[in-house]
Amino acid sequence: MATVPVPVEEVISRFGPSLNFPPAEGYPGRDEPDEVVKTHCCFCGMQCGIKLLVKDNKIVGFEPWEEFPFNEGRLCPKGVQRYLQNNHTDRLLEPLERVEGKGFRPVAWDAALDRVVSEIHRIQARYGPDAFAMLSGVSLTNEKSYLAGKFARVALKTRNLDYNGRLCMVSAGAGNKKAFGLDRASNNFEDLAHAEVVMVCGSNVSETFPTLTHWIWQARDNGAKLIVVDPRLTPIARTADLHLPIRPGRDSALYGAILHQLIKHDWLDHDFIANHTTDFEKAKEAVVGYDLEWAEHTTGIPKEKILKAAQWWGPAKTSFLLHARGIEHHSKGVENVLACINLVLATGRIGKPYCGYATITGQGNGQGGREHGHKCDQLPGNRDIENPEHRKYISSVWGIEEKDLPGKGLTAYEIIEAINRGEIKGLLSICFNPLVSLPNNSIVREALEKLEFYTVIDFFLSETARHADIVLPGSLHEEEDGTVTTAEGRVVRIRKAVNPPGNARTDTSILLEIARRLGAEKYFRFGSSEEIFNELRVASKGGTADYNGITYKKIEDNMGVFWPCPTEDHPGTPRLWEDRKFKTADGKAHFHGVPYREPSEVTDAEFPVILTTGRVVSQYLSGSQTRRIGKLVQQYPEPLLEIHPKLAARLGIQERELVRIVTRRGAAEFPAQLVETIREDTVFVPYHWPGKKSINQLTSGHLDPISKIPEFKVCACRLEPLQRQAPPPGETKAHASA
Amino acid sequence: MNTTTFRTDQEFFLDPQRCIGCHACEMACAECETNGQLPMIHVDYVDRFFTTQTSVQICMHCEDPVCAKACPADAITKDEFGIVHTANTARCIACSNCVNACPFGVPKKIEPMDLMMKCNMCYDRTSAGKKPMCATVCPSGALFYGTREEMGKRRPNSTPVNQFRFGKQSVKTKVNIMMPKGATELVVDEL
Repeated sequence: MATVPVPVEEVISRFGPSLNFPPAEGYPGRDEPDEVVKTHCCFCGMQCGIKLLVKDNKIVGFEPWEEFPFNEGRLCPKGVQRYLQNNHTDRLLEPLERVEGKGFRPVAWDAALDRVVSEIHRIQARYGPDAFAMLSGVSLTNEKSYLAGKFARVALKTRNLDYNGRLCMVSAGAGNKKAFGLDRASNNFEDLAHAEVVMVCGSNVSETFPTLTHWIWQARDNGAKLIVVDPRLTPIARTADLHLPIRPGRDSALYGAILHQLIKHDWLDHDFIANHTTDFEKAKEAVVGYDLEWAEHTTGIPKEKILKAAQWWGPAKTSFLLHARGIEHHSKGVENVLACINLVLATGRIGKPYCGYATITGQGNGQGGREHGHKCDQLPGNRDIENPEHRKYISSVWGIEEKDLPGKGLTAYEIIEAINRGEIKGLLSICFNPLVSLPNNSIVREALEKLEFYTVIDFFLSETARHADIVLPGSLHEEEDGTVTTAEGRVVRIRKAVNPPGNARTDTSILLEIARRLGAEKYFRFGSSEEIFNELRVASKGGTADYNGITYKKIEDNMGVFWPCPTEDHPGTPRLWEDRKFKTADGKAHFHGVPYREPSEVTDAEFPVILTTGRVVSQYLSGSQTRRIGKLVQQYPEPLLEIHPKLAARLGIQERELVRIVTRRGAAEFPAQLVETIREDTVFVPYHWPGKKSINQLTSGHLDPISKIPEFKVCACRLEPLQRQAPPPGETKAHASA
Repeated sequence: MNTTTFRTDQEFFLDPQRCIGCHACEMACAECETNGQLPMIHVDYVDRFFTTQTSVQICMHCEDPVCAKACPADAITKDEFGIVHTANTARCIACSNCVNACPFGVPKKIEPMDLMMKCNMCYDRTSAGKKPMCATVCPSGALFYGTREEMGKRRPNSTPVNQFRFGKQSVKTKVNIMMPKGATELVVDEL
């Protein structure tokens, strides 16, 4: 019965989110820090290099790390302000237990851990091992991701482990594996700078990955044509040579239509198709009827623009295709990805200098976090949990019997559904805030309230953690050593700068201690993050994500190493497929037939407008971290409803008028922002806020059948103007909203 | 005796077209303890109704600074490196003459402090051989600090321009604006 133990306002008053501003004169000690620690930003998949200034076990500021090759000192506002998480007043400093009617009270570590372990035993004895589930996050380092996977399978003995990458790039991962047999960006981003054509599909690069903007515009400086596909005129789309304002949910129709034009005009690399690919005929057959008229009607993009995109993409000598959540957050996310890959393969522009393809990973360790085995269907090295050979190898590395290794479990959204059905009774989560980040999130609240026991490892009391029975205070990014893998596939070092404050402990030590108390100590004898990494290297050996040749020293000597890197004398692989040997069973890249189908929810008379969601530059994902940093909150204090003036005029909506958005899942109110930079049939709301400000109350829980990613990016809605102006932006109210 | 390590081969280049409105520059500028957490650089939407285009403005460090000329208290000075410094706190009388005189709209009167403050090109950093914080962090290249040669390699299709005309008033600045190749002057206001 994990309801919030006292009114939410009381919890907020004690645990935040509250806003941290640095003192006007700056934190003391910046001029003479004890230490300057080279590490990386804790936010998106760019993992920009940054130097943290440390004084008396506190992060007191930062300096740009200009030598780091990807960002050369460049940072976005989140990176500039990230140091303010350290020593934040909201920081959890000791274990907490919920007391009904009284809130959360401190409890000793021993008592907290005893309770966690006894509840795990009780629930598993009564309902079976899989009735206790685990959810983990992709902000975790590679070492912690690996540890979470092993912990769930070996210590908890549950098959129901999944991660919040399920809400991020799993469509890309599944598409990549189908087409190439391996899931990684094909190139480092330096190749972008020299491509003749750059196509950005469904990515608001300048707000979600600002430092990547440099590389795209470097290409433009060198003469590249930039094509951006987005229903909104985002800052990157504003500067594009060609902006294709697509109707949300129609992506595969566009890429199918471009493929149709490539075939029609014979802009194909026949040698590459014949020698290095399979199933081109299937891809061709699927787009036979996708002429320009059909494409214009389906996508809402003028046919001249679609033709122009094909004319630029087709005959180019070099090109780079990038995509992100705009095409992946769909019930046909994998199909969208495969339709994009078809364009790359048809022109043979992969595995060559300045020719590439990549998904831009959203979360900090979105790449590494999907390689080391904390997905429900995966073992380390990107191995398949249902493959007998893979199971045998990992069992041998872990020193267990293969029969004791659980099989494939439920995905993140399915775990929530299973809790609601009463099949899962206990949950442990680490760095995952599903009450904000999952779609249709009222079902998450229902699920949390049905759990018999819920425990959380985190450093702030997130909206989800408010429902916990036991909260274990974990560690910030700068409080543990480790590695992460950037969106480019570059493994970089995260360096510990300070110790966890108060009685907080490192995430690793908490998981190891629970494992010990569960009787699995012999499998978890790690003395350091490097020892975990060294086991990860062995576990990944021979897998598609092979880290075997990567060492901490090698990373530090080279400012990162690109996987695959099978041996210690291997230099790493910045550009894949130069040998034309793909990681599929037949060694070839695979085309896929991608017939277009509609999104799961389409507009009708009752819900006539398309709702899409995304991010703003000053906030990060569920906002658990960034909604606590003063200036980031001030920059964009509350979610706004972006609406085209023509649609607003038809509905009688004025600037900053409160508008009620209604979908089949519920209703919520947002201030209107009238902008000509969005399609007339579409409205947009960013998703970083909780409670009444959460747009994910309204989004759809339809899942892609392969990747099980939810369809965040398109649903049908109705808009009801409330004929009253929204109050002035009240950041305190919005950021702390229950 | 000159005790600074100011690098005279490095210049400031500003490209408003490249601004993505992220405000990283403002936040990085505010980290300077001499500013009291106030940014001395400003980013604004041009007109959010029509476009996502934003505009970024730093002090242009005029060769013949009108703000200093208009200051009745001699609070604003230009140094040997061409940097126009923020008002001397002991002299500034907060009259706002500089605010009204600047053709670029840069100086701001900070009301609670009764003081004019503006960008001094991160003198605390540039005098120590470092780059201004805003230009170092700018993720999109709207702000760049380096040599003219480096900028030439990065932007082969653009030219740095530091000559401006406001009606009949011509202004030459230390800071360069990136313009299409071949441009020599930026006419801001044709009266």
